[in-house]
Amino acid sequence: MSKILIRGAKVLGHDPQDVLIDGETIAEVGTGLSADGAEVVEADGKVLLPGLVDLHTHLREPGREDSETVLTGTRAAASGGFTAVFAMANTFPVADTAGVVEQVYRLGRDHGYCDVQPIGAVTVGLEGRNLAELGAMHESAAGVTVFSDDGKCVHDAVIMRRALEYVKAFGGVVAQHAQEPRLTEGAEMNEGVVSAELGLGGWPAVAEESIIARDVLLAEHVGSRVHICHLSTAGSVEIVRWAKSRGIAVTAEVTPHHLLLTDELVRTYNPVYKVNPPLRTERDVLALREALADGTIDIVATDHAPHPHEDKDCEWAAAAMGMVGLETALAVVQETMVDTGLLTWAGVADRMSVKPAEIGRAEGHGRPVSAGEPANLTLVDTAYRGSVDPAGFASRSRNTPYEGRELPGRVTHTWLRGKATLVDGKLT
Amino acid sequence: MLRHLISAADLTRDDAVLILDTAEEMARVADRPIKKLPTLRGRTVVNLFFEDSTRTRISFEAAEKRLSADVINFTAKGSSVSKGESLKDTAQTLEAMGVDAVVIRHGASGAPYRLANSGWIDAAVINAGDGTHQHPTQALLDAFTMRRRLVGRDAGLGQDLGGRRITVVGDILHSRVARSNVDLLHTLGAQVTLVAPPTLVPVGVGSWPCEVSYDLDAVLPKSDAVMMLRVQRERMNAAFFPTEREYSRRYGLDGDRMARMPEHAVVMHPGPMVRGMEITAEVADSDRCTVVEQVANGVSIRMAVLYLLLGGNEPAVTHTRTEEKSDR
Ligand SMILES: [Zn+2]
Repeated sequence: MSKILIRGAKVLGHDPQDVLIDGETIAEVGTGLSADGAEVVEADGKVLLPGLVDLHTHLREPGREDSETVLTGTRAAASGGFTAVFAMANTFPVADTAGVVEQVYRLGRDHGYCDVQPIGAVTVGLEGRNLAELGAMHESAAGVTVFSDDGKCVHDAVIMRRALEYVKAFGGVVAQHAQEPRLTEGAEMNEGVVSAELGLGGWPAVAEESIIARDVLLAEHVGSRVHICHLSTAGSVEIVRWAKSRGIAVTAEVTPHHLLLTDELVRTYNPVYKVNPPLRTERDVLALREALADGTIDIVATDHAPHPHEDKDCEWAAAAMGMVGLETALAVVQETMVDTGLLTWAGVADRMSVKPAEIGRAEGHGRPVSAGEPANLTLVDTAYRGSVDPAGFASRSRNTPYEGRELPGRVTHTWLRGKATLVDGKLT
Repeated sequence: MLRHLISAADLTRDDAVLILDTAEEMARVADRPIKKLPTLRGRTVVNLFFEDSTRTRISFEAAEKRLSADVINFTAKGSSVSKGESLKDTAQTLEAMGVDAVVIRHGASGAPYRLANSGWIDAAVINAGDGTHQHPTQALLDAFTMRRRLVGRDAGLGQDLGGRRITVVGDILHSRVARSNVDLLHTLGAQVTLVAPPTLVPVGVGSWPCEVSYDLDAVLPKSDAVMMLRVQRERMNAAFFPTEREYSRRYGLDGDRMARMPEHAVVMHPGPMVRGMEITAEVADSDRCTVVEQVANGVSIRMAVLYLLLGGNEPAVTHTRTEEKSDR
């Protein structure tokens, strides 16, 4: 196989080095490496990171191919610097059997833009009543280790307890979408000053926090690990911080949009800002950034949620919840965490590659940029600034809240096991 | 003036006073044998009602017809809308018909705002009530009624409601009328107090320009007007309050309570009333209760709003006075 020499890249943001890829593997990292027989990519001071890993992606296939497919979603992922994505189970049919997860897994492998690791449903049909065949999904070719009813909360305390216990047998983890259903009936946006004025149904922070509090205690009681999806409130941060201080095996994610946007944007009634969990307040945003910086929140996950135009080009109540995020995630993290001095590029590599790969047990991903490791890499032009143009997205959907917003950073190259999936910002 | 009327909060004090003064002129038209003005001749107004509200629709329709507009009534029930057609498609259909104004009533908060601000149509948009958000013409007609009763029909011209104490009682949480009234009354200089059980006050009310009390009896003696809001019985099932009887005992207005109000104070209600719940028949039928006046004033206010949004710079009434003379 061919050799690629990435010359003068700031590996994890440190001093420039050369990185030689030979076939699927990193052969050498150092200075002044010979370009002999290798295709040369001049990094010219760009930052080289391990390929990003997204623990929370909605690829929509099977069932909603009008909004995204495994192909378009993984192209969007490669475009955003990702080499592995975890595909959520809320498809049609639901990914609650070995058959569905294997189909999604194979589609990802066949397309070759990005590894797709399916997430299995916790309960049959995401209905919260009967456990899905978690073991069968784990033993399938897809090798599922992360289970989630995302979009719905596993609200029944007994079902949650059993799921947490059951997946211990094969090192699995339950990723909880924390949303107490009774407290969020008719909920349309964060409950507070803005919802009171706009007359939109309030989504109280306590609906998220009460479930997280319950679940960390359940995880402690049965000795399991638990992962909290898209943490969105300052109170949730405090609960996770407390749980970690007690030694509870909890991990948590935050989305890029919850690091940047607040519920003030809902004043436009533009459904592009309608998302689950809802955009919260400035105080929450600052607490989430701080928690990501100090490690209370382990990872950034996109919750990439594509929707067709007509599902957003309507009144707020009728609109679907969710935002696309794969192609803007790193830019938002640079804007909110790196350019603010809260996180180094090494920190970004940890939160967006190393830790998510660890939580999801994604083999070969989130590895150090050193000789002998799989060549899953992302090259970022951190000096770039430009405004977001959804017309250029690889995703089939355009429901981004950042249209026209100026953001820093641009992924120029992505390599999946040595094969370039993105070159000079263009998909291969 | 604004191009659209979406929220009472969008009105300045001078905008609001101009609407109230214009409505007084319009009210004089209603006292004439021929109640029609030619102001909006050749203009088309659509009443786009996604939610049933015969009272509000009829009020707008009367206002539009008195201004000689061509009126199209579009009710969502049984139409393409109930079959899943989007607000956008409906709006664009109306646009293609060349309408000048859309009066919209919608169950979703923010629907009129979206209609006015999404580039879907060019017509003026008048919010006739959206979800639990706003109902600005209701607030205007309430303010008009208060100004007439508390300041005076002629003495009120050019005046606001500075220093008046207005109490709004009932289901604040689910009420677009309460939100609109708080915004407008504050703009007009009144002091507003909301009274409700804590379950029916929104979280976040602390940022509103008003006071909140849970004790109706303490507030009544200090009120120049008391506005009772409808409380739907089904709220009881969602545990907002225990029983209908307990609600009316703590927050309903009966004759004894009305007697604690200052002599000049009035009782208001946007209707429809739930007699025996938030208001007793004795109070509803007393001459301190302005319910019927509010309905009549609603037509004048809506005429004023339509005229000011669509009528341009021509004076509304002078030009009719001549016509009126020739009619006689
Ligand atoms: Zn979720």
